[in-house]
Amino acid sequence: MDAKTESLLEIHDLSVSFRMYDHALGQRDLQVISDLHLTVKPGEIVAVAGSSGSGKSLLASAILGILPDNATVKGHLHYKGQQLTSQLQSKIRGSEVALVPQSISYLDPLMKVGRQVDGWKKPRPTEKRRGLFRRLALPEQTENLYPFQLSGGMARRVLVSTALISDAELIIADEPTPGMSLDQALEALQMFREMAKEGKAVILITHDIDLAFQFADRVAVFYAGTTVETAPAADFRSGPQALRHPYSKALWHALPQNGFQPIDGFQPYAGNLPKGCLFAPRCPYATAQCRESVPPMETVRGGEVRCFHAT
Amino acid sequence: MNHTIARLFRSFLSYGLKIISLLLAVSIIAFALICASPIDPVQQYILGLGTAVSPERRAAIAEYWGVNQPPVTRYFHWLNNLLHGDLGESALYRRPVAQIIGERFANSLALMVCAWALAGLLGFSLGCVMGMYRDRWPDRILKKICYLLSSVPTFWLGLLLLLVFSVTLGWFPVGFSSPIGVLAENVTFWQRLHHLILPALTLSLMSFSSIALHTRQKLIDVLNSEYVLFARARGESPASVLRRHGIRNILLPALTLQFASFAELFGGSVLAENVFSYPGLGSAVAAAGLNSDVPLLLGVTIFSALFVCVGNLIANLLYGVIDPQIREVNS
Repeated sequence: MDAKTESLLEIHDLSVSFRMYDHALGQRDLQVISDLHLTVKPGEIVAVAGSSGSGKSLLASAILGILPDNATVKGHLHYKGQQLTSQLQSKIRGSEVALVPQSISYLDPLMKVGRQVDGWKKPRPTEKRRGLFRRLALPEQTENLYPFQLSGGMARRVLVSTALISDAELIIADEPTPGMSLDQALEALQMFREMAKEGKAVILITHDIDLAFQFADRVAVFYAGTTVETAPAADFRSGPQALRHPYSKALWHALPQNGFQPIDGFQPYAGNLPKGCLFAPRCPYATAQCRESVPPMETVRGGEVRCFHAT
Repeated sequence: MNHTIARLFRSFLSYGLKIISLLLAVSIIAFALICASPIDPVQQYILGLGTAVSPERRAAIAEYWGVNQPPVTRYFHWLNNLLHGDLGESALYRRPVAQIIGERFANSLALMVCAWALAGLLGFSLGCVMGMYRDRWPDRILKKICYLLSSVPTFWLGLLLLLVFSVTLGWFPVGFSSPIGVLAENVTFWQRLHHLILPALTLSLMSFSSIALHTRQKLIDVLNSEYVLFARARGESPASVLRRHGIRNILLPALTLQFASFAELFGGSVLAENVFSYPGLGSAVAAAGLNSDVPLLLGVTIFSALFVCVGNLIANLLYGVIDPQIREVNS
């Protein structure tokens, strides 16, 4: 009960599906996120790590309530203990919850950076933004540049500044590191660590599991639209014996420094999901039970895992 | 700042050269077409005199006009005169072609500017409405209207408007640019405007639908973009998204389209002016064609090509001024 009051955002059994139209005949629902669990507390960085096509970016849109019209959301989302309705979403969007987008293409190509970071609210927080730019070591004339004139590193800091200017308590960073050198990536992650130190909660959506393991407080492993395991990042650093789910272990083994061993098969895509455990078709420990029913989320050794055989 | 001026000057110069070569090509083709046509300028001239002419006199006239010279010689003769500002004399109106074009163009310009501005404003704002309400009922209704208007012929639309507003309702005059029986110097501005409304409306109804449909599609593209998704993630309302990002990003293609529509506008004005007996360049070109008035026809052809080129030139220059990505890269 205590955990519920202190977590900032709590997601239970979140499912997102899209209504698709098949050729000429009727429509069908395409489930892209199924039974997802995630909690974030103030002051911590939770990495949501998974491969491409696992529905990670849609998670951000689902939390913010900006999914396309043909999407259906089911499940329980709580923000500060309150049910996250679409009214609440539109109230906290941009003020209490901020998104740090992936790339410069999320900035209006025809609007100067300064005006863009200031945002749409009146009065424009120009002074505050100038302070932020100084703090992020962005040259003063940056405000008069257009997005296409920014270098990669500057762009990253400008995108981060859009979140910082809002005083948001929850920051959702969507793939903040691709295309960066290791130094740049570490610099970017350092900025998120500082936000966490200020008491903000950070959700770091990434496919760079190595960086996630190194930098986050907790890691939620995302597979085929669901979280199979959420565990302290330290467990991922210490090795497969500390992990709970076969997929997490497989991820660990697949890292270059840990043997670079892939497993057979591929992640099932939306519209083609197996009936039971989503990982069962590729799992060496799968039993008849795994193929028939979806395992519930259970707490095992201080982490949460969705596996019948976890110990 | 100096950079900007130098760059504008450069693009102006290069575009100017293109315009000149294009005008030369147009003049050659137009001249060749007229030479190949069965039009006999001497016959037309004699008809214009209104008296019988003996064969000897006829031969003398042909000699005087140089009709028996080879076409290339005639072309260079005409071009030489053109470069000296002499477009020849209209066989139909018995006045210098340049003077007629000037007079008629002033009338047409008033008509085209009104139609152009109306079509632009109407098309752009309706396009925005359609884009914002895409696939919902306001969009569906407006889209059908646009398809309908763009498939209706201009002259038919003009006739319909005349029938409803002039004949049945009597709100507007049936034709011309000023009331009949009033001296030119006594015609008031309001009378001119009164005569202008229906032709201008016809002309703008013809071209606004393509602007509206283009604007709609552009706005939908912008609304599906990542930067609009991010704007929404930052809490911007649909109205704010349209104001801050939508209009900013669709204005440039809309302006280009607007200036590039000079050609359609001119083509449309030929039909509209004829339906409304409006004494503009469009009705002059129709009259010149029907009465085989070669000098006037050639003059108007060259002039309209120049008119369309100027529209494109303005669009090109505006691109450099408005779009920061082009502006900053060039400077």
